Amino acid sequence: MTDVVWGLLDLLLILALLALAWGSLNSRNLQRAVIYFIGFGLLLALVWVRLRAPDIALAEAAIGAGLTGALLLAALRDASHSPDHTDRPDRAWRLNPVPTLLSLGLAVALGLAYLQALEIADPQRLAVAVFSHLEQSGVSNPVTAVLLNFRAYDTLLELAVLLTALLGIMALGQARPAYAQAGPVLAGLVQWLTPLLILVSAYLLWIGAHAPGGAFQAGALLAGAGVLLRLAGFPDSHFPAALILRGMVIAGVSLFLAVGLVLMLVGRGFLDYPPAWAGGLILLIETAATLGIAATLMLAFLGGRPAAWSLDTSTTGRIQAADMVRHNTGDNP
Amino acid sequence: MTEILAALLVTLGLAFFIAGSIGLLRLPDLYSRLHALTKADNVGLGLLVMGLALLTDDPFIALKLVLIWLLVMAASSASAHLIAQRARRRERGT
Repeated sequence: MTDVVWGLLDLLLILALLALAWGSLNSRNLQRAVIYFIGFGLLLALVWVRLRAPDIALAEAAIGAGLTGALLLAALRDASHSPDHTDRPDRAWRLNPVPTLLSLGLAVALGLAYLQALEIADPQRLAVAVFSHLEQSGVSNPVTAVLLNFRAYDTLLELAVLLTALLGIMALGQARPAYAQAGPVLAGLVQWLTPLLILVSAYLLWIGAHAPGGAFQAGALLAGAGVLLRLAGFPDSHFPAALILRGMVIAGVSLFLAVGLVLMLVGRGFLDYPPAWAGGLILLIETAATLGIAATLMLAFLGGRPAAWSLDTSTTGRIQAADMVRHNTGDNP
Repeated sequence: MTEILAALLVTLGLAFFIAGSIGLLRLPDLYSRLHALTKADNVGLGLLVMGLALLTDDPFIALKLVLIWLLVMAASSASAHLIAQRARRRERGT
């Protein structure tokens, strides 16, 4: 009986997921498409929970639905200045047949490969390998053990990818115009939520050692606090000073690299932690990575260099920024 | 006994969610739809949380559930306010 109920629930989840994906791709109104996308991310997080992957569910909800949704809404706001950019051209059949067929072909090939892999490989093998070495990893959460110890290379490179993406965004130019000062309700909510978000972020970072959580989830929550501060239109969004923010951006990659290099200097492999030190080193790296991910995502939401970063700090940058704010206050909530 | 009470509370909470969803679909304008939605968020989720909190032995988990309820209430009332304010401004044409 319980199985049937869960099966029905899973079926409903999958159908709703497909419907939202279809709506997001095909909706004529771009704003509606973005809202469908955010709903899609939230349902996908539930699917990860059903697949017993709470770590990925947390990351999907925070980054996939939350921050990506905020980025897409900010991009829509940019586009809304030109009158007919929020609607897509009206076509009866909006799916392009060539990419659709190619994607379908890829999906079929991947499905066949997956079925074949199930036959040859013992699906438990990797999990068994992880659990048999968990004691030497310094943490008791197998996901953190894989991400920060067994496959630390991959995580280091992921952080480097994030950093590179941010450098690209910074190279594009000035940040988006600031938002108008929020009314008492939103400003009050943000003032109330920000300390809570910082606390929960620290909690997720700490608990990552033995339960679902870790640097990505903690960093995304911290960045969420930054996005809220920006949306509420506080002066300079109450972000840390430019120098500190720049330090935060490179903190994750540089500390990760430094740990790896120091370990090489003392005669071990790159990122080959001594088991006795592993727990402490992982917490150190994750703390730096949390700050790095948070700063990167916050700055990505700004969409360019903050005004305070321009080399000529004297007048021009500020005047331009002020002009843009004035120009833009008209359509702020 | 506790379980029956919990089931009753959860069922009652779900009724509020169903009413809120029907209101969202059927009510004529944005303000009355918002009005219907906040009932689901405040009372519906509150009853659901009370029912679920009865089912756990761990007071820490019960506290976390109550915290979720408080956060959802704060966020939903603030966003309902923002949506209504935006719509009102548009109506006035400013």
